[in-house]
Amino acid sequence: MSTVQPAAAAPSLEVSGLAYAYPDGHQALFGVDLTVERGERVALLGPNGAGKTTLVLHLNGILDAGAGTVRIAGLPVEKRNLAEIRRRVGIVFQDPDDQLFMPTVREDVAFGPASAGLRGAELEERVTAALERVGMERFAARPPHHLSFGQRRRVAVATVLAMEPEILVLDEPSSNLDPASRRELADILRDLDVTVLMVTHDLPYALELCPRAVILGDGVIAADNRTQDLLCDEELMRRHRLELPFGFDPRSVAVPRP
Amino acid sequence: MGAGHAHTLYRHGHSPVHRLPPHCKLVAVLGFVLVVVSTPREALWAFALYAVLLAAVAAVARVPAGFLLKRLVIEVPFVAFALLMPFVVPGEQTELLGLSVSVPGLWGAWNVLAKGTLGVAASVLLASTTELRSLLLGLQRLRLPPLLVQIASFMLRYGDVITDELRRMSIARRSRGFEARGVRHWGVLAKTAGALFIRSYERGERVHLAMVSRGYTGTLPVIDEVTASRTQWAYASALPVLALGVCLLGWTV
Ligand SMILES: Nc1ncnc2c1ncn2[C@@H]1O[C@H](COP(=O)(O)OP(=O)(O)OP(=O)(O)O)[C@@H](O)[C@H]1O
Ligand SMILES: [Mg+2]
Repeated sequence: MSTVQPAAAAPSLEVSGLAYAYPDGHQALFGVDLTVERGERVALLGPNGAGKTTLVLHLNGILDAGAGTVRIAGLPVEKRNLAEIRRRVGIVFQDPDDQLFMPTVREDVAFGPASAGLRGAELEERVTAALERVGMERFAARPPHHLSFGQRRRVAVATVLAMEPEILVLDEPSSNLDPASRRELADILRDLDVTVLMVTHDLPYALELCPRAVILGDGVIAADNRTQDLLCDEELMRRHRLELPFGFDPRSVAVPRP
Repeated sequence: MGAGHAHTLYRHGHSPVHRLPPHCKLVAVLGFVLVVVSTPREALWAFALYAVLLAAVAAVARVPAGFLLKRLVIEVPFVAFALLMPFVVPGEQTELLGLSVSVPGLWGAWNVLAKGTLGVAASVLLASTTELRSLLLGLQRLRLPPLLVQIASFMLRYGDVITDELRRMSIARRSRGFEARGVRHWGVLAKTAGALFIRSYERGERVHLAMVSRGYTGTLPVIDEVTASRTQWAYASALPVLALGVCLLGWTV
């Protein structure tokens, strides 16, 4: 599929010195440095307004970096690479109603690969495989607005999986899900064999899924560590307005070592 | 949400008419309507034959007469207009049920009523045997400007989302003790409409962002290519071709 073969060792995501000011003059990012290796799952934490969504929109070139560079598997995010970059970076937005815009689930999942030129049996295979991975193959012919919120979120994940991305970026994947749907989504994400960057306010979810976490504070990466160590550092957490849910003790949880 | 998605015109089924490719049906209905419209209004028997043709299609499609007739009510405004014509069109007068009406007006009314009813009946038959989604695919296939098809697809997809937003706003209004009564409250309703517009506009921007993220560059890729075989075209053309025969007879007899 891809025309430009990335160097074998290139990390999935390499952000360096990224700064950005919105057109109204508000500066949201002040030099972000972040590297995510192939196959890693990293949580991106930070209070409201820290610049998480702004950073995510740089990863596939929706926003143009004011300064600094972003590379996806070695390929710089630039105008002339945009088509390939958007195939490599799969972003799942927060509201599935924004993400699912085609009249049926099947067509929606097919949209990305079809835009990249896939047709016929190959396209059909991709769609089925992606829907199977999120357990939604029985809903292929349904219109997205007839599904429950959790089902829509899963289909949204399938729409980007169908593009076989290098890195999956999720903006608050667990928001608005009931506990069962939240766990089901976690099972799906854990079994995926792709690099994941997950923006979340749900700290137990980050601990459960991501061995490594970074904190974005005031437009820079303020901390980068094992998720458990981060969550146990009370001083750091307080400084960045991060609070654990009542009664949750990150020390008491046994997490698989990376 | 979700109520009223499968629009009330469509009637689920597996008849041969349901199975015909949408673009064949679109062309057939268009052809039929053109033929009907160009038939001389004096050929009364021709219109009777057209009605018989449509009845035959309805029978093949297993659409019950009651279903069809009920959906013909969208025609009522035209009927009202047609009924006025004998009274307002100037010309030679005649007696009908004790009323004095004009002859050209009567012919005009008949013309509008007969052709209108046949056209609406054909369209209702099309809509009750073809899902909205496939109609769009058919239009796309017939090389309608892609932008129009895209706009129609989005209306289909987001119609419910927007009605739902409107419903939520109305609930929020009423929960705070507001009931729209009379002109005094139109200001509030106008503001709701404005807010709905802004919300829809912002959603449009977010959807566009999501589309661009998945490689959208201005055209929707054709995912379901609808194709028709010669036989299917032949089946679909039965209606307009027979109608054309009737029409030609109408002009010569
Ligand atoms: N379109 C915009 N124009 C101007 N400023 C903006 C715009 N979008 C966001 N900002 C500002 O940029 C900063 C970072 O916003 P961003 O949306 O990236 O935060 P976030 O970390 O995603 O927050 P949240 O957790 O609430 O989603 C905020 O101070 C915000 O007010
Ligand atoms: Mg955000």
